[in-house]
Amino acid sequence: MRVHFNTTYDRDIRLFPDTRDAVRYGLLVAVAIALPFLLDDFLIGEATNVLIWAIAGMGLMLLTGHAGQPSLGHAAFLAAGCYAHAILMGRFGLPFAASFVLAGAVAGSVGVLVAIPALRLHGIYLAIATLALSILTEDIIVLAEPWTGGVAGMTAPDISILGMRIDRLGSPDSFYWLCLAVAVLVTLGYRNILRAPLGRALLAVRDSEVSARAMGVSPARTKTVAFGLSCMTTGWAGALMGHFFYTFNHEVFTLVISIQLLLMIVIGGLGSIHGAYYGAVVVAIVPQAINVARDGIAGLFGGGGVAIPGLEIGIFGLILIFFILFEPLGVHGRMVKWRIYFELFPFCRRDMFRRQKSYLRTERMR
Amino acid sequence: MEILQLIVSGLANGSVYGLIALGFVLIYKATEQVNFAQGDMMMLGAFIALGLGNDSQLGAPFWLACAGAILAMAAIGWTLERAVLRHLFGQPQIAAMMLTIALGFLLRFVAGAIWGHDPLALENPVAGKTLRLGGTVLGLDEVATIAVTVLLTGLLYLFFRRTRLGVAMQASSQNQLAAYCMGIPVRRVHGLIWALAGATAAVAGILFASKGSIDPGTGFLGIKAFAAAVIGGFGSLPGALAGGLIVGLIEPFASRYLATGYAPIVPYAVMLLVLVVRPHGIFAQVHAKKV
Repeated sequence: MRVHFNTTYDRDIRLFPDTRDAVRYGLLVAVAIALPFLLDDFLIGEATNVLIWAIAGMGLMLLTGHAGQPSLGHAAFLAAGCYAHAILMGRFGLPFAASFVLAGAVAGSVGVLVAIPALRLHGIYLAIATLALSILTEDIIVLAEPWTGGVAGMTAPDISILGMRIDRLGSPDSFYWLCLAVAVLVTLGYRNILRAPLGRALLAVRDSEVSARAMGVSPARTKTVAFGLSCMTTGWAGALMGHFFYTFNHEVFTLVISIQLLLMIVIGGLGSIHGAYYGAVVVAIVPQAINVARDGIAGLFGGGGVAIPGLEIGIFGLILIFFILFEPLGVHGRMVKWRIYFELFPFCRRDMFRRQKSYLRTERMR
Repeated sequence: MEILQLIVSGLANGSVYGLIALGFVLIYKATEQVNFAQGDMMMLGAFIALGLGNDSQLGAPFWLACAGAILAMAAIGWTLERAVLRHLFGQPQIAAMMLTIALGFLLRFVAGAIWGHDPLALENPVAGKTLRLGGTVLGLDEVATIAVTVLLTGLLYLFFRRTRLGVAMQASSQNQLAAYCMGIPVRRVHGLIWALAGATAAVAGILFASKGSIDPGTGFLGIKAFAAAVIGGFGSLPGALAGGLIVGLIEPFASRYLATGYAPIVPYAVMLLVLVVRPHGIFAQVHAKKV
């Protein structure tokens, strides 16, 4: 068991609590960089998928997990980033880096525009408003056909950085490294926001707006900034997703993606950066596991592969129900509990993580 | 006379939205949880009626099938509350939101596994028949939908005003703790509220399936009902119905008089407008919190 004896305030907010943590995360990044040498192209594609989902998840985590504003409309910002990037790069011929940064800025600005009316909404109303946004996205993409290609869709332009061509299909390894670089940068930025006054302000607004206001934090300003940053990150994920899918149209960024994103961070564990990654892994593994299980069952009974439509999303729902009922803190919460159990062994008591029940405070009296 | 037809078909669709929205509001008022699976419960109710009543399935008489579906959905609603949602008592709203979304996925999967993903129609006595009023021809199914909704609304009104259980439901929705102190079994009341919402969903589903066809994806209609509930105000039963009728009326007129592609946007645009201007709906019940 490690005891952190803080002698200065700066020590309390260091990026890594101690050297051991720094070494652990350093090793993780090293393994991630080395991954293309260990895995084949298919698995690298899956790993890239995980990274992109994780970036999108971090975007939503900032808003939902740390600022406490549930959003069922983040597919809209994925779409904003994706289309902005494809248009800036493909039509205006901007270099990848400039177009990528601008795409994030566009998605972030859309987020701020959404945030201004959304500031008056709480909890469930915000969820429904963003849900409507998610539905409107599809129709708006179709209506904006001159820009977005409408139903026919668009093709992601080729990436070339410093003369090196990056292609999702031709060179999956370099695309993986690109996504990894973005993911690491976003994670570092996220971590630093949480250490900064803004991060504390986010938590304060999440836990109690009245108290936050009493402490001199402006909930309106904080929420707007949270929306902007969250949507910017999600927009970047969208831009990468565009390259990952190669072609996309109005049917890619549907409500189901929004819901899946929110379910993902809940399964991963709300309120932790780890949660976004764990959730992304679960989202990527479930369809593959179903495929493997289906093939296994088909092999057992000697029949052909039976495709059951909707099975994937049904199993996803089942996993989610189990998590909400039995482990509301998600995969990350479970990991932390195990770690504490072993660190304190044998002094961990059964009721240590017991949830406190409380009477519901009505949302109608605010 | 075209306008009259548009109004009637709008009102008929609006009745279905209103009934689904009524389910949202019933549950929200009583338990502070929003049931995102209400649309899927509607879909399941319709499928149960179809499974019992259609000739190719069990072939029971229509009215028996309807009664069976309503009872089954009430039982399913009660079971869901008992088995799953009760464990979330006192947890943040977002937990219940996620849980009901997941339940919706599950219900859709179950319905798809049993009845397949192709659209099916519910065989019923009013399908395809028309009603002549002077010079206009109205679909009997649409008129019947409106009539049933009016009847159900009246029954619910009497239930909440006149019966002991209805008053207990109102009390526990206004203040859980006070209701506890007055000896109302709040948890049991919650279970019954879910049963009532399930039954309402079944009625909405039967009405919807009688007018057209259903498939497991029909549950997404619940999102339109959301728009209805928000427009009317999430805490108000008459508001939910009114919101449903407003959304239902907007739709046919928007698709008749606006350029193609813009019509599906209009209900949500109205909802966003209401959210911005009057965040708690037209029939709001919200008071500022005093510290």
